Amino acid sequence: MKRLAVNACGLLVAAFAVFPVVWMVATSFKSTREIFSGGPVPFPRQPTLVHYRQILTGDLIPGVTFVDFFRNSVVVAGSTVLISGLIALLAATAVARFRFRLRTSFLVMLLVVQMIPLEALVIPLFLMIQRLGLYDTLASLILTYVGFSLPFAVWMLRGFVAAVPVELEEAAAIDGASRAQIFRRILFPLVAPGLAATSIFSFIVAWNELIFALTFLNDQSRYTLPVAMTFFFGRDDTAWGPVMAASTLLTLPVLIFFLVVQRRMVGGLAAGALKG
Amino acid sequence: MTDVTTERPAVPVPRWSRGAGRLPYLLMLPCLVVIAVLLLWPLVQIGVMSLYDLDSVRQVRGDREWPWAGLANYRDILTDPFFHTVLRNTVLFAAANVVLTMVLGTLVGLLLHRLGRRMAAFVGACVLLAWATPALTGTITWKWIFDDTNGLVTWLFNALPDGLSRSVFGRADWTGYGWFNAPLSFFAILTLVVVWHSFPFVAVSVLAGLKSLPPELLEAARVDGAGPWRVFRSVTFPLLRPVFGILVVLSTIWDFKVFTQQFVLAGGTQDRPTFMLSIYSYATAFSPPPKYGLGAAIAVVLTVILLVVTGVYVRALLRQEEL
Repeated sequence: MKRLAVNACGLLVAAFAVFPVVWMVATSFKSTREIFSGGPVPFPRQPTLVHYRQILTGDLIPGVTFVDFFRNSVVVAGSTVLISGLIALLAATAVARFRFRLRTSFLVMLLVVQMIPLEALVIPLFLMIQRLGLYDTLASLILTYVGFSLPFAVWMLRGFVAAVPVELEEAAAIDGASRAQIFRRILFPLVAPGLAATSIFSFIVAWNELIFALTFLNDQSRYTLPVAMTFFFGRDDTAWGPVMAASTLLTLPVLIFFLVVQRRMVGGLAAGALKG
Repeated sequence: MTDVTTERPAVPVPRWSRGAGRLPYLLMLPCLVVIAVLLLWPLVQIGVMSLYDLDSVRQVRGDREWPWAGLANYRDILTDPFFHTVLRNTVLFAAANVVLTMVLGTLVGLLLHRLGRRMAAFVGACVLLAWATPALTGTITWKWIFDDTNGLVTWLFNALPDGLSRSVFGRADWTGYGWFNAPLSFFAILTLVVVWHSFPFVAVSVLAGLKSLPPELLEAARVDGAGPWRVFRSVTFPLLRPVFGILVVLSTIWDFKVFTQQFVLAGGTQDRPTFMLSIYSYATAFSPPPKYGLGAAIAVVLTVILLVVTGVYVRALLRQEEL
């Protein structure tokens, strides 16, 4: 009896958590008639791809389709991941493998800057982007997102680097390997899975971000997915079929990546709290 | 903060890295430059901008000079009754959301701990999906659920018996009812969206904490006849106090600066009665006519509030984390 009650609560929680996601995907496959029929249908009776076809092939403005926004987002998120990953790897190696005077201060600073409310920085960064002549370019977003993802990336990678057994490097050093060789041949391959996990985090930051993209971009052909979504679909009179199809396409990569790294996310964010 | 600087020898340092001289600083340099230029400098700059009267892009670009305003921007916002409304909205919203997120998240964490293995995996996966969904698309979906003509909620309310609906809510026909129009119902939906998004992190963290506790402790308390509430209050909560502390602080920081969800639900920056600090700052700076200086002053207020909360967080973290 008690078991039953606990399981029922579990199902209730699962339903609440997952319902909007299911509703989003289900709506995207429903025919327009089904969506606007008055009574809600839990699942499409005749699944249709008509909304996906519409957003993928139809011009949202002359000459610009959803695919262009998708590509912009991929360019921005991809560049962010590469740049942020490289810089983070260097810094994480410094912190995890060397003892130097400013090390602890550096770590504390990493913690503190993660708490800066990024929403508050949009005005001064707008100024910086204007002065650098980067207004209305994808580069302005890449630059911004590298800054935003870096502190957490270093914090997370530090753990991965520290987890590589020191003995391996010692052995290589005894065999006469130089520091660069040790880094490239021993440390890097062993840290690669951690680097992948960290990259996914940076990817999600860049992929989801809305405010800065909204502020730094002007030309509609340069919009990233989130801006395009709010600009084209967030109007009063909304065509929910295409909107849910677009939302599904934006959400899907994040869900997949997130499930891959979720353990690391918990570990990274709450590392301090949860260490036995 | 003083105990931070004492170096603990716990982390092993490989011999190859000793005596490396400037190398670690070189490795750190790109990271430091990025953080300094993109996070720290703007943080200073926002304080500077708040002291000027900036109302055109050409001033921002530096083509025109900046008229000094001193503390006038701060005087303007602090004496503006609307700012007090915004501040009240922000604080009440954050407080309500932190409490609801913590309570729901903790309950779900405890629940996940009690469930059988397969059930826990299933519920855990569902909870993770809510966490992973981007704020933007999650909010858009909630907006569709509350759509005033074909949304699920509107349909459900229409399905109520007319007499009942009329006696409780004063209306029977809900088609065309603007769920987002009245500030109170707007904030209720925003709370639903934000809590839906943030309870998974609390639940998963509490679960991880529970798993780290020795099972004998909880077992012993139960054998001694303690009920579930008593076990939680006297055993679980005191042991997991650091976890709860950090979760409360992180939730506070996140709920104080909610932007995307509000922007999407309100359909932009026009809905002034429901403004909170971050969207108020943004709208002031970027909605025509732009007032960058005034917007910066509002952002400074937000930042100061959050940095105080952060101070508490970092101190709590440093007390237990080995750097």
